[in-house]
Amino acid sequence: MTRLSLERVGFVYPDGTRALEGVDLDVEPGASVAIIGQNGSGKSTLVRHLNGLLRPTEGRVLHDGLDTAGRRTAAMASVVGIAFQDPGRQIFARRIRDEVAFGPRILGRSPERVAASVSEALELVGLTDVADQNPYDIGYSRRKLLALASVYAMETPVVVLDEPTTGQDARGMRRVGALVGTLIDAGRTVIAISHDMRFVAETFGRIVVMERGRIALDGSAAQVFAEDSWPTLASTFIEPPLPARLGARLGLGSTPTDRAFLEAIAARSGS
Amino acid sequence: MLRLSGVSYRYPGYANPVLHDITLELAPGEIVGVVGANESGKSTLCLVASGLAPGSIGGQLTSGTVDIDGRPTTGRPLHELATEVGIGFQNPATQLSAVAGSVFEEVALGPMDLGLPAHETVARTKAALATLGIEELAERAPRRLSGGQGQLVVLAALLAMRPPYLVLDEPTAQLDPEGTRLVGEALRRLAETGTGLLVAEHKTDLLADVCERVVVLDRGRLVAEGPTGDVLADPALEGYGVEPPSAIRLERALIARGLDPEVVRW
Repeated sequence: MTRLSLERVGFVYPDGTRALEGVDLDVEPGASVAIIGQNGSGKSTLVRHLNGLLRPTEGRVLHDGLDTAGRRTAAMASVVGIAFQDPGRQIFARRIRDEVAFGPRILGRSPERVAASVSEALELVGLTDVADQNPYDIGYSRRKLLALASVYAMETPVVVLDEPTTGQDARGMRRVGALVGTLIDAGRTVIAISHDMRFVAETFGRIVVMERGRIALDGSAAQVFAEDSWPTLASTFIEPPLPARLGARLGLGSTPTDRAFLEAIAARSGS
Repeated sequence: MLRLSGVSYRYPGYANPVLHDITLELAPGEIVGVVGANESGKSTLCLVASGLAPGSIGGQLTSGTVDIDGRPTTGRPLHELATEVGIGFQNPATQLSAVAGSVFEEVALGPMDLGLPAHETVARTKAALATLGIEELAERAPRRLSGGQGQLVVLAALLAMRPPYLVLDEPTAQLDPEGTRLVGEALRRLAETGTGLLVAEHKTDLLADVCERVVVLDRGRLVAEGPTGDVLADPALEGYGVEPPSAIRLERALIARGLDPEVVRW
C-alpha cells in the first residue's frame, strides 16, 4: 500500500508552457480519486508525476513519505501503473494475451501468477474470447479496454487511468465501472481522469477539480457538485451531472447521482 | 444530397461484408446522428459515407452505391472528393499531419492543398479556429496538444476545407464538457450555413441537442431511423447497446418507482 503525496508541485514543459502550479495532493492508500477539469488544465501532466514519467520543476513527489526525486521511473512504475488516454501509445504485442502478460512478466512475477492475473483481467473487460487475436484486429473501444486490463494485471498498488471511458458504449461503460469497482474492493488506489461526470459521480469517493494547473476543488461528489460549488465549476466550464442540477432546482440538496436523486425525491414524496 | 443506397461493404482481406444493405440520405443543412454499440459498424459507415472506403483503404462495395448529388463517389479521385465530403476520425492522433509546426499551419494545410490564395487560406484558418474557440492554440506545436485539444484542432482543419458534407466519427470522444458544447454549437452553425453532417456518437445527450434525425446500427445493419426524440426515447435502444439521454434515463427510473416523471421536464 502506498500513500502518494504531491507537495507544492509545479511543472513547466521545455517549451515554456506551465502545466502545474503549487499542487498539493495527498492520496491515501485504497482511495478512489477522479480528476476532472478542462482539456489542457494539467490533469494528464499531474498523473505523469505519480510514476516519475515527468519530474516536478518545483516541489516534491513522495511515495509513503519518501521523496521520489532520486528514484528511477522503472522502480516507480512497479508502484504506480498508468493506462494512457491513447491505447496506441502502449499497445505493442501481437497477441492480446501477451500484451496483458507483458507488465506482470517484466515485474518478475511467477508464470502461474502472471497467467492468473491475465485471465482475471481479460475476463473483467470481456476480452477472454479474443485473447489470441492481434490487438489491432479489435476496434478502438476494445483496444482501450485492453490497455486497462494490461494495467490491472500488473497488480500495482496504485492504478492511474487516463480517460478510461473514452469511446465506450453502454456495455463498455459498465465494464470500466466494474474494473474500477474491483480495484477499489481489492484495496488498490485508483486515480482516474475523466470528462464523464456521471461516471465520476457514481464511481469515485473523491473528486479533484483542476483549473489551469491548480486544484480548484477537492471533495466528495456531493460536495464538488453541490450548488455552492457551481460558480467554481462554471469557471472551469464543468457542468454538474443532470441529477445534481435537477436536485438543486427541486430543493433536494446535493444529489450528484441518479440514485441520490431518486432517493431524495422518494423521501420527499413519502413525507 | 449525400446518399447511400443499399450499400454493403467488406474490408480488404475479409470475405464477409461488415455493413449490410444500408440506405441513408443526408440533405444539405441536416444533422443526422448515428448510434450503436461498439463495433456495430459506425466507424465503417463513416469511412464509406466519406468515400475513404473503398476509395483509399480498399475493400469493396458488394452492393449498392454512394453518391453525392447523383454522382457516385466510387472511383473519383480523393483530392476531388475531399472538397465535397470531409471526415473526422475518432482518434485525432491519427489525423494530425505531424508535419505542421503550429496549430495554425495544421489547420491551414487543407486549404493550402486546395491551392487557395494565401489571404483566403488565412481567413478560413482564422475563422475555423474562432468557431471552435481555440484561437489561443494557434501558435502551439501540434504535438503539445492534449487529446481533447487535438480533437478540436482536427475539427478546425476540416471546417477550413468547407466541404458541403462532413462525416464525424465521435467528434467529442476526448472532449471536456465545454469542448463538447463548443462542438455542438459548431455543428449547429455549420448546419445553418447548409453543411450536411453525419455524426457518430455515444453521447446521446449531445445528439438529443443537435440532431433532427438519428439512425441506429446493429451488427452492420440499420435497425432504426427517425426523428431524434422518437429514436432516443425508444425502449429498444438499450437492447442495441445504446445509453439513452440522461433525462430519459431519469424519467424512466422515476416511473419505475411510481414517482412523477414531470419533475425532469423543463
